Amino acid sequence: MITVEEMISTHKFFQGMNPEHLHFIAGCASNVSVNSGDYIFHEGEPAEQFFMIRHGMVAIETHDLRKGPIRIQTIMEDNVLGWSWLFPPYKWQNDAHAMTLVRMTAFDGKCLREKCDADHNLGYELMKRFAGVLLEHLRATRLQAMNLYD
Amino acid sequence: MQPDLFRIRRVVKETSDTFTLELMPVEAYYVHSFDPGQFNMLYVFGVGEIPISISGDPAHPERLIHTVRAVGAVTNAMNTLEVGDVVGVRGPYGTPWPVKAAKGHDVVFIAGGIGLAPLRSALYQILARREEYGKIVLLYGTRSPEDILYRRDLERLRSRFDLEVHVTVDYAGTRWQGNVGVVTKLIPKAPFDPTQALAMVCGPEVMMRFTAAELEKRGVSSDKIYLSLERNMKCAVGFCGHCQFGSKFICQDGPVFAYDQVRQWINRWEV
Amino acid sequence: MDKQPFVIDSTCFQQLIDVLRGRGYRVIGPTVRDDAITYDEIGSVSDLPIGWTDKQDGGTYQLERRSDDAYFGYVVAAQSWKRLLHPPTARIWQAQRTEQGFAVVPDEGDQPPYAFLGVRACELCAIAIQDRVFMGGAFVDPIYARNREGVFIVAMNCTQAGGTCFCVSTGTGPNASTGFDLALTEVVDADSHYFLAEVGTERGASVLDDMSHRDATEDEIARAHGLVATVAKHMGRTVDLSNTKQQLYESYESPHWEEIAQRCLMCGNCTMVCPTCFCATVEDTTDLTGDHAERRRLWDSCFTMDFSYIHGGSVRYTPKARYRQWLTHKMATWIDEFGMRGCVGCGRCITWCPVGIDITAELKAIQESHPVQHLQEEQP
Repeated sequence: MITVEEMISTHKFFQGMNPEHLHFIAGCASNVSVNSGDYIFHEGEPAEQFFMIRHGMVAIETHDLRKGPIRIQTIMEDNVLGWSWLFPPYKWQNDAHAMTLVRMTAFDGKCLREKCDADHNLGYELMKRFAGVLLEHLRATRLQAMNLYD
Repeated sequence: MQPDLFRIRRVVKETSDTFTLELMPVEAYYVHSFDPGQFNMLYVFGVGEIPISISGDPAHPERLIHTVRAVGAVTNAMNTLEVGDVVGVRGPYGTPWPVKAAKGHDVVFIAGGIGLAPLRSALYQILARREEYGKIVLLYGTRSPEDILYRRDLERLRSRFDLEVHVTVDYAGTRWQGNVGVVTKLIPKAPFDPTQALAMVCGPEVMMRFTAAELEKRGVSSDKIYLSLERNMKCAVGFCGHCQFGSKFICQDGPVFAYDQVRQWINRWEV
Repeated sequence: MDKQPFVIDSTCFQQLIDVLRGRGYRVIGPTVRDDAITYDEIGSVSDLPIGWTDKQDGGTYQLERRSDDAYFGYVVAAQSWKRLLHPPTARIWQAQRTEQGFAVVPDEGDQPPYAFLGVRACELCAIAIQDRVFMGGAFVDPIYARNREGVFIVAMNCTQAGGTCFCVSTGTGPNASTGFDLALTEVVDADSHYFLAEVGTERGASVLDDMSHRDATEDEIARAHGLVATVAKHMGRTVDLSNTKQQLYESYESPHWEEIAQRCLMCGNCTMVCPTCFCATVEDTTDLTGDHAERRRLWDSCFTMDFSYIHGGSVRYTPKARYRQWLTHKMATWIDEFGMRGCVGCGRCITWCPVGIDITAELKAIQESHPVQHLQEEQP
């Protein structure tokens, strides 16, 4: 089984970061798994972590009063889950629902935030990468909001 | 330019606003051969005529299949027709999908909504000679799971070992265990070699624009990306002027175009 | 063809009409109606607009009396020969409900051929353009082909330029060079009134043989040709069209289109009077019993909101996009579609625009404007 350190140093999301930073990040990380059907986090809960999905699929949901939970996005393997840890108020904006058995590497967001405040280089490197994630979400969401198929 | 008579042999309700008509010629000897990507002008007696792409198997033109969305006067009238009713058919018109040019390539089909209908004909023809093509991938996006077109066909295709099918929806309830997200998100990871690929794309024009951009970003050359465009059509033979798109007549120069042929028009407003 | 021109004296002109009618043609020529000159069926020289001329300018058309009795002393009729060849309405077919479903019966025309008397050089080019549109592509329009077949054309060279004419800029006149059976040039002097006649086809020669005519003298030829040459120097409008296609292709985002849209009423007059505009729509109707259906073709205009409608809305929903479509089609995309420009410089669109929008002025403005919306620097 691949260690957290090995996974982080080879994953394309962290590519280009210096070994010291990678080592620190690995120190904040652990492997977790979630059963199919369980919720990983709920809207409004404190967002103190982010995740790298190693196996399985996660649905981002919003709960609607009349329609129940609506899936607005699915996140596949090898993608990052969770960006709310990086921006105030540090609360989850949606629900995350495991659609299958999900294995993830979980990162201690609170610890990383504190380190980023002290080491701005690390902050910049992480901010750059998460900005990219958000940009992709935004582009997709904009297209989905257009009701193209009407 | 008068229509030939065809009788409705079968009606299938596909989704809440989409239905499929299977037609056969009233004159038994008449064969309405077509190439995938072409369309017919379908006429409802006394109501009007509209262009509908042919979505059946080109190897079996005796079963002329059209999938129609009920959005206007003619299509709503068509939605009330029953088995045995007669419609007028003129065609086939238009340029086809580049099925022959795609030989030796990885073929990527990207469909949005009812855009799957004109692509299905090409898929039939390519699968009939599977060994002449590289990898085959079908990416399909639509509004919600209830709007998935040809669901049984898609499930059957997914069960094959020699191609990949990925379906996504814009939103879903929790019973949907598949992808949720815009169809362009499926492109970066789709299993094909961009340097060897030829893509056939059909769906709402916005979706085709973004899809073409995403394919180019991935390294597919613009002369290997094909789109099927749509405009108002009255005559289908290049005389009425309605289907003009820049310097192209959709009914004669299209509906299938290579992206580099239409790039200067498609990214502009109100052309 | 024998290059020797002939002369028809004005007193013998009636013979031309008679010979053509005698050969079974329906003779269409200019006549005055409703304070304008229009092309209609004529039978006699007295039907012609003798002694009338037209004063045309942006949004203005006025008939005025001439000081002489020229038969063809006007510039161009209000509408063009397009009305005859590509009629405003036409039935395409009828259908009847039957046990089988329904049966379709096409409309076959059975009319004698036309003879057009008095076709200007620009109009000859317009007819050639519509020949290409309707008969030169992958499909042939049966209605146009039927109307066009066997049309006998008597061209009439211009001996005066119109206020809105720019055929020199479009390279379509003032001299009729091809596409006619006979080309006439009217010369009216204090002491003579004749038509120089140049033969274009065998049957043109044969018609001439059936009427009084004689060889033209050198003087008469020089006089007639001189009149036409002078016309070229007095065009009402000029515009440089040497690079219009490229300029228009680069000007889709020009702010000038919106400026035009502030003035344009989207009335579509220009498309109706234009001799090359060909867009049409189709109308399917039934009678009250619902057993009998008809399909008719009607002129349409890209200026209407419906023209570009597809489910959900119109593609060209702003006026500026629709004006842009018309001008860009006429002067640019038409070239890629048909291998020639769509405009013959007849000036009708300028004359008949209620607000006098001048296609030559708008082209110049587009050529001179910035291709894209410019961000203005703030003044301190």
